[in-house]
Amino acid sequence: MSDIQIVDAPPGIEGSGFFATSLDKAVGLARSYSLWPLPFATSCCGIEFMATMGSHYDLSRFGAERLSFSPRQADLLMVMGTISKKMAPVLRQVYLQMAEPRWVMAVGACASSGGIFDTYSVLQGIDEVIPVDVYVPGCPPRPEAIIDGFMNIQKLVQTESLRRRDTPEYQALLAKYGIQ
Amino acid sequence: MGKISNEELLQKLTAQFGEAIASPVEPYNLLTVETSREQIMDVLGWLKTHPELQFIYLTDITGIHYPEQTGKEIGVIYHLHSLVNNVRIRIKVYLADGDVNIPSATALWKGANWMERETYDFFGINFTGHPDLRRILNVDDMTVYPMRKEYPLEDPNRVDKKDYFFGR
Repeated sequence: MSDIQIVDAPPGIEGSGFFATSLDKAVGLARSYSLWPLPFATSCCGIEFMATMGSHYDLSRFGAERLSFSPRQADLLMVMGTISKKMAPVLRQVYLQMAEPRWVMAVGACASSGGIFDTYSVLQGIDEVIPVDVYVPGCPPRPEAIIDGFMNIQKLVQTESLRRRDTPEYQALLAKYGIQ
Repeated sequence: MGKISNEELLQKLTAQFGEAIASPVEPYNLLTVETSREQIMDVLGWLKTHPELQFIYLTDITGIHYPEQTGKEIGVIYHLHSLVNNVRIRIKVYLADGDVNIPSATALWKGANWMERETYDFFGINFTGHPDLRRILNVDDMTVYPMRKEYPLEDPNRVDKKDYFFGR
């Protein structure tokens, strides 16, 4: 018995020589283990994320090998750090330039709620400008917390339908942010 | 070349400008003098071009707001440094709220451009003759001058930003 761990197959019908499952699940599986994050790191949480990317915590184990600093081909926008009101349009533009499917993760207190910076110049949570899928609490969150948030994103990716963009709920959500 | 003492510096200033230099103090050995809006450009120019003093380096321009000082609410503060003599001086000009115009120092130092933009951004001081006076740090469509002390402090009874909500 080797100790190599292999991801479980999604629920489906197994027989000798064939395995049938729904396309949603197969594609979700593939997507969730090859997420390409776009790190939008503005402050201390970004440093914590660097530790997450380093060899000790090694986010690459989860298939997030290709960190892209461009919206092209990126699936997951990771917002780490304080977003000032002046930065908000930039963040929104980066989000708009990402192609579907796309997910957003707000890492740390500042990105989630403005954190301790309860001031005139700081956006009180990025969900004022873009929709958010997962919030990671902490100030700053430890790498374990960032990985936990990432695994939550993976769960989302595995369980949602292939045509998320076409669901009325999703369209209503985007319309709320004035995106279409 | 010895370091110029504050007494000597103040002596030279008063000899040149007389009554225009007011209330000299020395907190932490930094000579601080007050002057008026009419004189500030002459004082700065004289300090910069003086063959011995040579305050050629404008360190900072900033502002201050004392709401309780009627007639002298808004202050503009200049820090000059003499790289030759290794000595510093601070010059303050107080203006009445509602009449916050002061000549721009960009005629003497190009570097004053951004410092004055910042001071305008936070205190609303209007530097006349500035080539491009617009906000530099805050968003462009802001309508207030946030560093003025005219806004109430945060409600002390708020609980939504307490430490335990952030895992601290």
